[in-house]
Amino acid sequence: MKELSTTDFDSVISQSELPMVVDFWAPWCGPCKVMAPILESIAPDNQQLFTVGKVNVDDHGDLAMRFNVLSIPTFIVFKGGSEIGRFAGAAPAAVFVEKVKGILRG
Amino acid sequence: MSYQVGIIGAGPSGYTAAIYASRANLNTVLFTGLEPGGQLMLTSDVENWPGEEHGILGPELMAKLRTQAGRFGAEIKELSVTAVDLISHPKKLTLSNGTVAECESVIIATGASAKWLDVHGEAKLRGRGVSACATCDGFFFKGKNVAVVGGGDSAMEEANFLTKFASSVTVIHRSAEFKASKIMLTRAQNNPKISFKMNAKVVEVLGEDRVTGLKIENLIDQTSADLPFDGLFVAIGHFPNSAIFANQLTVDRKGYITVLTGTTQTNIPGVFAAGDVVDHLYRQAVTAAGTGCIAALEAERWISHGA
Repeated sequence: MKELSTTDFDSVISQSELPMVVDFWAPWCGPCKVMAPILESIAPDNQQLFTVGKVNVDDHGDLAMRFNVLSIPTFIVFKGGSEIGRFAGAAPAAVFVEKVKGILRG
Repeated sequence: MSYQVGIIGAGPSGYTAAIYASRANLNTVLFTGLEPGGQLMLTSDVENWPGEEHGILGPELMAKLRTQAGRFGAEIKELSVTAVDLISHPKKLTLSNGTVAECESVIIATGASAKWLDVHGEAKLRGRGVSACATCDGFFFKGKNVAVVGGGDSAMEEANFLTKFASSVTVIHRSAEFKASKIMLTRAQNNPKISFKMNAKVVEVLGEDRVTGLKIENLIDQTSADLPFDGLFVAIGHFPNSAIFANQLTVDRKGYITVLTGTTQTNIPGVFAAGDVVDHLYRQAVTAAGTGCIAALEAERWISHGA
């Protein structure tokens, strides 16, 4: 799982061949803590479909502001360098994967 | 899959039941549902959990309870229960992955969830300025003007918490009287950043990509006005998560499961209910844990004596 920062965000997002799901999170957020192991667990099964990145909004508040993140966790799906969809709030693994797939299908 | 004790719910009540049941050597499973950790995952400091003299973060407390339950062998599964047959023996729980768990006894600890206003614009703008979790989202409203809807303790707590970030907090309440305890209300009333709009109701959340304002109706003269706000925090109470049981168990007018006074016994033998799905009066982590303990002890007695 890639930790993204203000400096490398744009280059990582635009160079990623697969769509990337970016988790906007913070260490003090309960639902974010629930999601961390879930993201780890779903990554291997879906590595053909998407990759997962993380933005710590405490350290990179400018990214949260730029993407209008007003609630965490928020998951934004990027494809070809731009946002194609998002959802907020914790979800069980199966529901999370379905939501991402729904966004990827358009 | 068959178990002696099937626990539904992963808040203080469910985990405590799992600790007691598995420590008594009963073959125990706990289904976490969609909100593992329950309401405490949305709080910051829990200052009144006995033994934690300096307070503990809600999510940290829940992680500890989960580890403790696992230590005595309870199986913890990240699945939801979608349907139940409580009358048959053994009792059958249909799970979100399509399988069925058979359980000699069932402990329902599904708790309560936050209510939403159910007005136009609210669902669309959730995560974009509409929130039910001040501790999660308050951070994003530094220097902004936000509204809190509600008149109980949780509304006052959210309003006070939000003043750490927001430049102003307006409490909107549909009556002129508060359910909040005196200490919480006084704390909010004495906070210079908090103002109150009474006898008022939010009828629409305004904004396209993010919240820009609220349409608020004055309940006395029935006029309405659009006021600018950057965020809306909803704290209007909870509803019990009892829908899938309500056709088999006795529930009260509001859906809380009815138990025999002083016990956790429902109207079906071998089915017990504990925590906030029963209790709409006290609703504390420690009272939920207490009734979870009673439920496990009663389940143990029921399994060994059939009574």
